[in-house]
Amino acid sequence: MTANGVLQLVVYLVVLLVLAKPLGAYMARVYEGRRVGLDRALGWLERLIYRVSGISPKAEMGWKTYALTMLIFNLAGLLAVYALQRLQGVLPLNPAGLGAVSPDSSFNTAVSFATNTNWQGYGGESTMSYFTQMLALTVQNFVSAATGMAVAVALIRGFVRRSADTIGNFWVDLTRTTLYILLPLSFVFALVLVSQGVVQTFGPYAKVAVVQPTEYDEPVTDKDGKPVLDEKGQAKTKKSTLTEQAIAVGPAASQIAIKQLGTNGGGFFNANSAHPFENSTPLTNFLELLAILLIPAALCYTFGAMVGDTRQGWAILAAMTVIFVGLLVVCVVAEQNGHVFVKQGVDHTVSALQAGGNMEGKEVRFGIASSALWATATTSASNGSVNAMHDSFTPIGGLVPMWLIQLGEVVYGGVGSGLYGMLMFAIIAVFVAGLMVGRTPEYLGKKIESYEMKMSSLVILITPALVLIGTSIGVVTAAGKAGIANSGIHGFSEILYAFSSASNNNGSAFAGLSANTPFYNTALGLCMLFGRYWLAVPVLAIAGALARKKIVLVGAGTLPTHTPLFVGLLVGVVLLVGALTFVPALALGPIVEHLTLIAAK
Amino acid sequence: MLTHVRAAIVSLVLFTVVTGVAYPAIVTVIAQLVFPHQANGSLIVKDGKPVGSTLIGQPFDDPKYFWGRPSATSPFAYNAGASGASNLSPTNADLIKAVQGRVEALRTADPGNAAPVPVDLVTASGSGLDPHISPAAALYQVRRVARARKLDEAVVQRLVAQHTEGRLLGLLGEPRVNVLGLNLALDSR
Repeated sequence: MTANGVLQLVVYLVVLLVLAKPLGAYMARVYEGRRVGLDRALGWLERLIYRVSGISPKAEMGWKTYALTMLIFNLAGLLAVYALQRLQGVLPLNPAGLGAVSPDSSFNTAVSFATNTNWQGYGGESTMSYFTQMLALTVQNFVSAATGMAVAVALIRGFVRRSADTIGNFWVDLTRTTLYILLPLSFVFALVLVSQGVVQTFGPYAKVAVVQPTEYDEPVTDKDGKPVLDEKGQAKTKKSTLTEQAIAVGPAASQIAIKQLGTNGGGFFNANSAHPFENSTPLTNFLELLAILLIPAALCYTFGAMVGDTRQGWAILAAMTVIFVGLLVVCVVAEQNGHVFVKQGVDHTVSALQAGGNMEGKEVRFGIASSALWATATTSASNGSVNAMHDSFTPIGGLVPMWLIQLGEVVYGGVGSGLYGMLMFAIIAVFVAGLMVGRTPEYLGKKIESYEMKMSSLVILITPALVLIGTSIGVVTAAGKAGIANSGIHGFSEILYAFSSASNNNGSAFAGLSANTPFYNTALGLCMLFGRYWLAVPVLAIAGALARKKIVLVGAGTLPTHTPLFVGLLVGVVLLVGALTFVPALALGPIVEHLTLIAAK
Repeated sequence: MLTHVRAAIVSLVLFTVVTGVAYPAIVTVIAQLVFPHQANGSLIVKDGKPVGSTLIGQPFDDPKYFWGRPSATSPFAYNAGASGASNLSPTNADLIKAVQGRVEALRTADPGNAAPVPVDLVTASGSGLDPHISPAAALYQVRRVARARKLDEAVVQRLVAQHTEGRLLGLLGEPRVNVLGLNLALDSR
């Protein structure tokens, strides 16, 4: 690693951890129903939403009602996104004249945005009208993030409350998250992004005359727009001269702000955060990177503050950061040392004049350090936006994001979902520790019994099952193999990455895979659905069970859960489960590919 | 049950109005008032006509211009209506062949220059629209451009230096040269 690379990473981590405390404390106030300073500006809106929707904000819910309302609200959102895509051709704000999205792609995208995955089988600027981007996708960016945070807070209440039947009110948590946390942060962030060159307009695509007209091969199409094939079955082309560049613009900044803050990750443009209109300068890159991990990191502090012992929150945050830094270093080093084209006469060496390393799929303004940092951050959080193409990473550089996803999105993780996922691992960790010394495990004064263990095991085992079963179906069916862009070992990695990403609600891709097909749209859509709700519901069940319990007093045999020992134990459990489950699959993909790369040298 | 369904539908409509209509609309109004240049795509206007965007690259293959990153967009390079990358893995034979071809094209355009080619000049960017190349990639091309334009190499080198941007605060991002800006400066000499 270069000195500048190390410095960029250190500055990033320091700023992130410094911001975690004030934001975490603020969010605790939001969830405890206290005054937050924005009550004057937005309180009327909060009350209006409750009144018009027929919600009584004082009414508390048991876990079953909480889960039911969460599911109904998410289903309504899913149906709305589906309908808007199917109807966009006749709806307004469509200057590029884009038609209805296909049924399977609409289903996939609707599930994708409702589950906070934001997997994208389509290209934004060539598929979605401004109307769909705003009223369907931006809205889900907010409410799917708020849903995850609501579930996490309900779980925290399970730890806080004693002998209680209720864990909060879903509508209140949803509304307060959206209005007091996501909206103000996004608003400020969007304007900062615009100042740096991220576009925000309802105008049509800009047309400019290019400085040097260039020749290209234009595909020949028949009158229905279908490509014409020659005798050999290849698409026919004709020589054409490019004189004009049509530059896609749109209301991007407002969507990108929430896409990063809400760990959504769905790009306004196809190239996602590599596109200069989504991520124009090193400054936007740094701020967007911060936004990716900001809320997941701060929620750890919120957790500590709400359970009345901030050390518990710092311990969870420390465990996440340890795993993050370790894998980050591997990724940066792999990409910086990706000297793959030396034989072809290419200069990969890093110097004051170039970033060097493996630059395929990366942008010059970000180079190696900022691209590898982004890849690690976006996959440790379930964000999934990319500023460089993971498919073109070196095998080991690409293994890091893939494995971070497979760890279950608990290293920071999605907003809310990362915290509740990590707390499931914490429950497993105290259970393992309890087994070692032969005592009933307890966490934060609550006894962990067989019901909690069953539910947390369910949460931890469902996604690996989805990933591995999905991948095996993908590699044995013709429809699955048809999408592969890089044949051979890397093709297997592309399929494995796709199912990992969908099942864990990340949304990034080894994007060479042509996933906008009925097979992948359906299979990945189902993985996203199960990966989200089959986890959230057992988590709420644990919340309900914990809330009913009495508190046990700390005794001599209690394992303290704020110490470096516990952090180490937690890291160990996360890595062990992740390694045991996925090493065989990873060995078939990136690890073999790495060995072939060495052999070719 | 019905009250829950009603609450879900009505609140979704309200959230749509707040986060899907009011929020982007207010951001747009402020952006257009305060940052109209950036909000509309940072367009470069020459003689009253837009000739490009400082943030979006354009294709160049004439020896008298600096060339940008290879672009994997289709059907033509630097298609700003359909951004995208090659997504080829470093072990892919097609990518190795493409890199080989790009190195040869650069060497054909600049006979006698056998120096290793800076990596960003022969690998496709993530967006397909990367407006920058590394200073190393610009310096690599100085001799060719100077010859094609019958200029002194020092003059071209000075232009490259003028269009080189450093890291933000010496820390963030990477040093880079805006290709379109540099070529426009060359043309207006």
